[in-house]
Amino acid sequence: MSAPGEPSSSDHDAPPRSENVAATAGRSILVGIKEAVAPGVRLLDLIGDHVILFARAVSWLPRRPVRAGNYLEACEYVGFGSLSIVLLVGAFTGMVMSLQSVYAFRQFQLESFAGGTTGKALAVELAPVLTALMMAGRAGAGIATELGTMRISEQIDALESMAVNPIQFLVLPRLIAGMLMGPILTLLFFVIAMIGAYFVAVVVEGVDHGQFILHTREILNPIDIVQGEIKSVVFGLLVILIGCYQGFNAHGGGRGVGLGTTRAVVYGSVVVLVSDYFLSNVLLRLIPPEVA
Amino acid sequence: MSAPARDPPIDRDGTRLDQPHVRWQVRVRGLDKRFGTNHVLDAVDLDIERGKVNVVIGASGAGKSVLIKHFMCLLRPDRGSVWVDGTDVFSLSPKPLSTFRRKFGLVFQFSALFDSLTVEENCAFPLKEHTAKSRSEIRDIVADRLGALGLHDTQKKYPGELSGGMRKRVGLARALVLEPEILIFDEPTTGLDPLATRNVDEMILAAVDRYKVTSVVISHDMASVFRIADRIAMIQNRTILAAGTVAEIQDSREPYLFEFIRTSGVAAAFGAADAAHDGQGVR
Ligand SMILES: Nc1ncnc2c1ncn2[C@@H]1O[C@H](COP(=O)(O)OP(=O)(O)O)[C@@H](O)[C@H]1O
Ligand SMILES: [Mg+2]
Repeated sequence: MSAPGEPSSSDHDAPPRSENVAATAGRSILVGIKEAVAPGVRLLDLIGDHVILFARAVSWLPRRPVRAGNYLEACEYVGFGSLSIVLLVGAFTGMVMSLQSVYAFRQFQLESFAGGTTGKALAVELAPVLTALMMAGRAGAGIATELGTMRISEQIDALESMAVNPIQFLVLPRLIAGMLMGPILTLLFFVIAMIGAYFVAVVVEGVDHGQFILHTREILNPIDIVQGEIKSVVFGLLVILIGCYQGFNAHGGGRGVGLGTTRAVVYGSVVVLVSDYFLSNVLLRLIPPEVA
Repeated sequence: MSAPARDPPIDRDGTRLDQPHVRWQVRVRGLDKRFGTNHVLDAVDLDIERGKVNVVIGASGAGKSVLIKHFMCLLRPDRGSVWVDGTDVFSLSPKPLSTFRRKFGLVFQFSALFDSLTVEENCAFPLKEHTAKSRSEIRDIVADRLGALGLHDTQKKYPGELSGGMRKRVGLARALVLEPEILIFDEPTTGLDPLATRNVDEMILAAVDRYKVTSVVISHDMASVFRIADRIAMIQNRTILAAGTVAEIQDSREPYLFEFIRTSGVAAAFGAADAAHDGQGVR
């Protein structure tokens, strides 16, 4: 604390001009640096905020009351909401992958490998990633809209005013649902895609049934499916967390909710694709797929 | 003699802030709130009188909603304190805060009913969360509150199917089910026609009378304010411009306050002398 009567020094007598120029230059360099790193800082801020939201939600996990109904509803919303689109996209992804593989391998009379290569690509990458993208578009966007509307219409404040923690009530059940439903949807995607692949290869393109099954078993390792499932838990969490964050922090009326929804889809999709690379690196080193 | 670690907070009138006051149930002291660069409240002092209708008036965007959200710690200030019956609101940890919040019933500006729940479920929500009452007990309480507000046939409807005035009443019913000590209404009459406004005013007075609550009403409808208020505080330019009983406020010659009330057209509130003095009747 400074004494009240203390004279302030820099009121009159301006500093000499040269010093002034140096100070101005110094300041503009600082401003320049600040502006250059600003996007990075904002990104770190945003990541930090998501981590905090996640941590706060998890801190409510062991606490009562446990509202089973909220968890069931969230699972239904995330799971059933995305089910039909996941099945549709899964079937066609399997079919087109199989079609391309059959044509590529036909040059070497190796069509029967189509099932194995398709299965491997689906299990490790396509099923978890495409399912997560579908979830970002469906559940992530839906949650951002729902929570965003609740935020701007003060329903979240109302919860809090009634002494109900909105993170425990709204966010936690959805995060859990994302982590549970991600792997289930991914598995369904994989199964239906393999059925599609079989249909195109064996029924349409005339690949031998026995050969198709044999090579699929040779190339596709159960570890691949485990890897895909581990990824899908992480993706499910990320996509829903981003949706919750955007909804929870919505402001600025209906337009704000719309922006949040768009961001939930865009950020969710980008984060899935980026984190997939790093996650693959980790998983490949942790559980290397042995050649059977 | 060992000095206490911190001196007990003493108010201007010499009473201790950390003990309940006979007259003032809520005491706001030096409240300062910014959102980024937007300085909304600056050193706000306000007293809410026990058992009375306390009205807060002010232009839209003046920070009325922000102010009342501090009462129950829905927002945290940058500086300052709020004392409710001797409790320092912002010092409460989550558990006691949760209990403390049940002292309040908050009726939101746009009702803030949960769209995914029916009217009945909305009103039952606080009871389900905070009491061990059985389903049938809850149903009875909810039916009683809804009935008292003239909402008999709406139990199974969703908020989206109701008119604005009805939603407000459901919001009040929901705020009343836990029998709060302090009822806060955020702009209960904004956007309603004159008759609906009078209905809501009557509903507020009836609730105050029946449940013996302290109430805080935010409004900028001066006709309604003079019908219901015991005390009025005006918020302007980030702080409380004037506060007092209705008579004190009417006698105030604070230019902005005077202009605010005069422009609202409630000339009767000033008596004929003022209207005559003004040179033209305000009609
Ligand atoms: N959650 C918030 N985040 C940022 N700014 C806010 C928030 N809530 C209110 N404000 C700002 O505070 C100011 C006062 O708002 P408010 O209290 O709602 O006004 P009113 O007196 O009409 O109720 C406005 O400028 C508003 O934009
Ligand atoms: Mg307001």
